[in-house]
Amino acid sequence: MSFLDYVASRWQQLLVDSYQHASMVLQCIVLATIVGVLVGVAVYRSPAGAAVATALSSAVLTVPSFALFGLLIPVLGLGVAPSVVTLVLYALLPIIRNTIVGLSTVDQPVLDAARGIGMNRFRVLTRIELAMAWPGILAGMRVSTQMLMGIAAIAAYAKGPGLGNMIFSGLSGLGSANALNMALAGTLGVIILALLLDGVFVLLGRLTTSRGIRG
Amino acid sequence: MADNNMPAPEDRTNGHGVEIRLEEVSKRYPGQKLAAVESVSMTIPAGETVVLVGPSGSGKTTTMRMINRLIEPTSGRITIGGQDVLNLDPDKLRREIGYSIQQAGLFPHMTVGENVGMVPSLVGWSKQRTTERVDEMLDLVGLDPAEYRKRYPRQLSGGQQQRVGVARALAADPPVLLMDEPFGAVDPITRGVLQDELMRLQADLGKTIVFVTHDFDEAVKLGDRIAVLGERSKILQYDTPDAILANPADDTVAGFVGAGAALKQLTLRRVREIELGQVQTAVVDEDPGAMRDRIGTRRGAIGLVLDHRKRPLRWTTAREAGAVSSLAQAGRPVEDSVSPASTLQDALEAILTDDDGVAVVTGSRGEYIGVVDIDTVMTTIKSLREEYADDSNGDSGSTGPDSAEASS
Repeated sequence: MSFLDYVASRWQQLLVDSYQHASMVLQCIVLATIVGVLVGVAVYRSPAGAAVATALSSAVLTVPSFALFGLLIPVLGLGVAPSVVTLVLYALLPIIRNTIVGLSTVDQPVLDAARGIGMNRFRVLTRIELAMAWPGILAGMRVSTQMLMGIAAIAAYAKGPGLGNMIFSGLSGLGSANALNMALAGTLGVIILALLLDGVFVLLGRLTTSRGIRG
Repeated sequence: MADNNMPAPEDRTNGHGVEIRLEEVSKRYPGQKLAAVESVSMTIPAGETVVLVGPSGSGKTTTMRMINRLIEPTSGRITIGGQDVLNLDPDKLRREIGYSIQQAGLFPHMTVGENVGMVPSLVGWSKQRTTERVDEMLDLVGLDPAEYRKRYPRQLSGGQQQRVGVARALAADPPVLLMDEPFGAVDPITRGVLQDELMRLQADLGKTIVFVTHDFDEAVKLGDRIAVLGERSKILQYDTPDAILANPADDTVAGFVGAGAALKQLTLRRVREIELGQVQTAVVDEDPGAMRDRIGTRRGAIGLVLDHRKRPLRWTTAREAGAVSSLAQAGRPVEDSVSPASTLQDALEAILTDDDGVAVVTGSRGEYIGVVDIDTVMTTIKSLREEYADDSNGDSGSTGPDSAEASS
């Protein structure tokens, strides 16, 4: 059976897996953005805090993903839970770092003016600082998304959802009929999804970034 | 804002600011031996522009920022319109005080309209009212609303950004305006234009303005009063520009006033404020001989030939008048004239470039009303100096009614 025939016969399964893959990654990105921005907001005013947060989140990246899944299975069991925790942890670094950079590069006169005309701390944070840091945060989300697309495939090892299942079963059954097609279809699916989501982020950036600060 | 106890808007929009008082205000930062601002007391009269001027590091900005509590005073009392600012919610207080700074500090991700409309929307104006107000403000600072409302700050020149900054500060019609070197970052020509516009605005609005600068010339130009600050914001002299120029309180102030104090004073005086001299005049078709006799033989005496509408045509000496058959050819043409609204500096310029050292003053229709010569200018300067010298011997350097007591 040729690769195209394989895809034609299994496209429904492929679509379901792709959908689950993308959905898991995006949900983890949303979660990581919430956590990352909160962490960034908490630490950006203190150089030491910012350094610690950045160091911790980059330390996570040095742990091989396969190992992290393996380490979490005894604690969280199989399935969705270890997958989500791992993915969120991996997504944090770009988002936290970009949030800190974005928040701390807002010009002092702008902040001074904002306080001086009577905006309270919360308003300054949301309407000025975060609004101006937003393009950077979005760029961090975009990088994280690309990263997670690949790492999410390994979630299959912890019996998580997504295209990883095809890749894993394909690779483990190499030599049998369709095993190569299976692994290939899963891998290509991940690449195509990654490109599509990247396009979505570019579009989102255009739509949500003020013309006044667009690069 | 109802709980803010500031004067209600309708009480204070009628063109008048409110009085600001600082009583023994100090600011100490922990871990520093000397106070940044030490026991400053001053009264800023309602509706006046008071310029805090001093060298870098003199604490003038700190002093100003304590008025809207961007910096909290360590001790002392500050009242605005009789209200102790320390009893007010700082954010609400700041919405009642216009604030304009160097670099303008516009929000780059918001349009000009959103920037200007920020304070009105903070204090809860309706969208409709805010939009109208934004257009009114842009108009006021000389920017066409239709063209600039939707622009972003980076699409504006430095001077335009500064205008938007002033419009934003004025948008909610605050009685008090704090300006921290607002024109410090623009080129000298634009700065001059912006200063002129601020003076024009202030003439209409009558806000109480506290203006910080290190440029003494700017202080002289804009200030109803100037407070010259030394280290730790100590008030070295607090007086009208005239009085400070005529009689600096000490050597430090004199050094800060810089060279050319007398020349700077000339920019503060208008021709209409001084007594004009008169010369002999004749209408152009009068008999030259009669003119010659009128001018007389006094050395340096000259006369003026006017046309039928009394406009000056030619300067002539007695001898020149006697040498011609018609006054239309006598002497030399009048090349320059000044108006009653000109500054004495303009008049001096005209005097210096005139061959006989006399400047003609003409009225609104160009008619002759008098002359100014170097003696008149010198007398004016002299009397100013004498006036303020007497004053400062009398009462610690303050002039005018209810003038503030300078702590020194």
